[in-house]
Amino acid sequence: MPSTRVVVTGLGTTSPVGGDVASTWQALLSGTSGIAHLTDDWVEQMPVKIGGRVAVEPTEVLERVKARRLDRSSQFAMVAADQAWADAGLEGSGLEHERLGVALASGIGGVTTLLANYDALLEKGPRRVSPLAVPMLMPNAPAANVSLKYGARAAVHAPTSACASGNEAIALALDLIRLGRADVVLAGGTEAAIHPLPMAAFANMMALSKTASDDGGDPTTVSRPWDTGRDGFVLGEGGAVLVLESEEHARARGATIYAEVRGAGISNDAHDIAQPDPEGRGGTRAIKMALREGDVDPATVVHVNAHATSTPKGDIAEGLMLHAVLGEHVDRCVVTSTKSMTGHLLGGAGALEAVATVMALRDRVSPPTINLDDLDPEVHLDIPTSRRDLPEGDIVALNNSFGFGGANVAVAFGSVS
Amino acid sequence: MATTEEIRADLADIVNEVAGVDADDVQLDKSFVDDLDVDSLSMVEVVVAAEEKFGVTIPDDEVKNLKTVGDAVAYIERAQG
Repeated sequence: MPSTRVVVTGLGTTSPVGGDVASTWQALLSGTSGIAHLTDDWVEQMPVKIGGRVAVEPTEVLERVKARRLDRSSQFAMVAADQAWADAGLEGSGLEHERLGVALASGIGGVTTLLANYDALLEKGPRRVSPLAVPMLMPNAPAANVSLKYGARAAVHAPTSACASGNEAIALALDLIRLGRADVVLAGGTEAAIHPLPMAAFANMMALSKTASDDGGDPTTVSRPWDTGRDGFVLGEGGAVLVLESEEHARARGATIYAEVRGAGISNDAHDIAQPDPEGRGGTRAIKMALREGDVDPATVVHVNAHATSTPKGDIAEGLMLHAVLGEHVDRCVVTSTKSMTGHLLGGAGALEAVATVMALRDRVSPPTINLDDLDPEVHLDIPTSRRDLPEGDIVALNNSFGFGGANVAVAFGSVS
Repeated sequence: MATTEEIRADLADIVNEVAGVDADDVQLDKSFVDDLDVDSLSMVEVVVAAEEKFGVTIPDDEVKNLKTVGDAVAYIERAQG
């Protein structure tokens, strides 16, 4: 058993349903969707015309000159990190910066910066490519910019595993602290991929739902995990950052503790580059690993923030995993997919959902899954359609993420008394 | 033909946009690096934006000679000549 206990002492996010944790959490509890028709000038020719833009533009929050040197994905990361840093009370805490790390992921990197500069290259020539293009588009740009701002001089990582990236960053942060490589780690994920190229690509691989784009339908009803009418995910954008800290360090400075990070599990399907293992075997192993590492009794797992993206196969596979791991206890486990409201933030998803998982433990309440009108008969889970209280006592909540390439990441959080 | 002051004012807007320097501070005697805190990558952005704005070419070898706002304005005036 790892001896160092790791806790969460700060949270931050900018998401399709709110510009900070408080507004995001209230929106999720009340079942509010952040999905809408996109208004970009490129959207007309697209097969998919809906998405989850952030509720608050980062340029309204960040200093203008700093913002223009950051890819949109780094802007989200910076907004979320600023909030998490303030929430954790780290400013002026006497933190040793050589013991401060960052693990901040994105699935795709600075794709809007890359493509905007390619447009400039084609239309105006090489002279018009920004000298800042590379430091803006590199996959470790969000992590590097946050480390610059806060003087993080321990390890600064940008793990990447597609849609599991944000959750992998949290698992990595846990390792960094347990291995003694850092006392505090700013961990999370970000994604800014609402751009015609990635959207066309996802649409062409039949991953995105085309519902409500051209049929006059309501975009807020399209992301419908576990519903028989689900036909693909809805792309969202945003970022989230959690402050992970050794319990010893947090207690010594009198920090407020949201939850404990009990354990993490990482595995790979090695089944298909994009499709999940239909039986969910890799995900099952990752969840088991997380519970074993945290010495978690499956009977105490009362909440799961599922990956459930609203795709036909993935949602079913995740149900199989939970049955395989929790057995009979699955009946008292409240499962939710907050993607029903936020859409799928890709590399940001695992981090935003970790924030929701931690808030669920703190407030002992699960957000609903919206748009679940007709539960898929192959899914046997307790999925409330309005907020549901969680029990008192020592409880554990799981956050699952799965990514293209076969990645499976599960993180188990425990309540603190 | 743009006057020196017109070029200075347009250049000041570019420096403001790129580096966030107050446009009123961008005067002919000011050094980009020492007075206005414009770093080397920002300077490249300023030069590229100036090339487009004023319809001139400023070779990379020339950029290092543009120490002050006045140097840049004079270069642009000559290039437009």
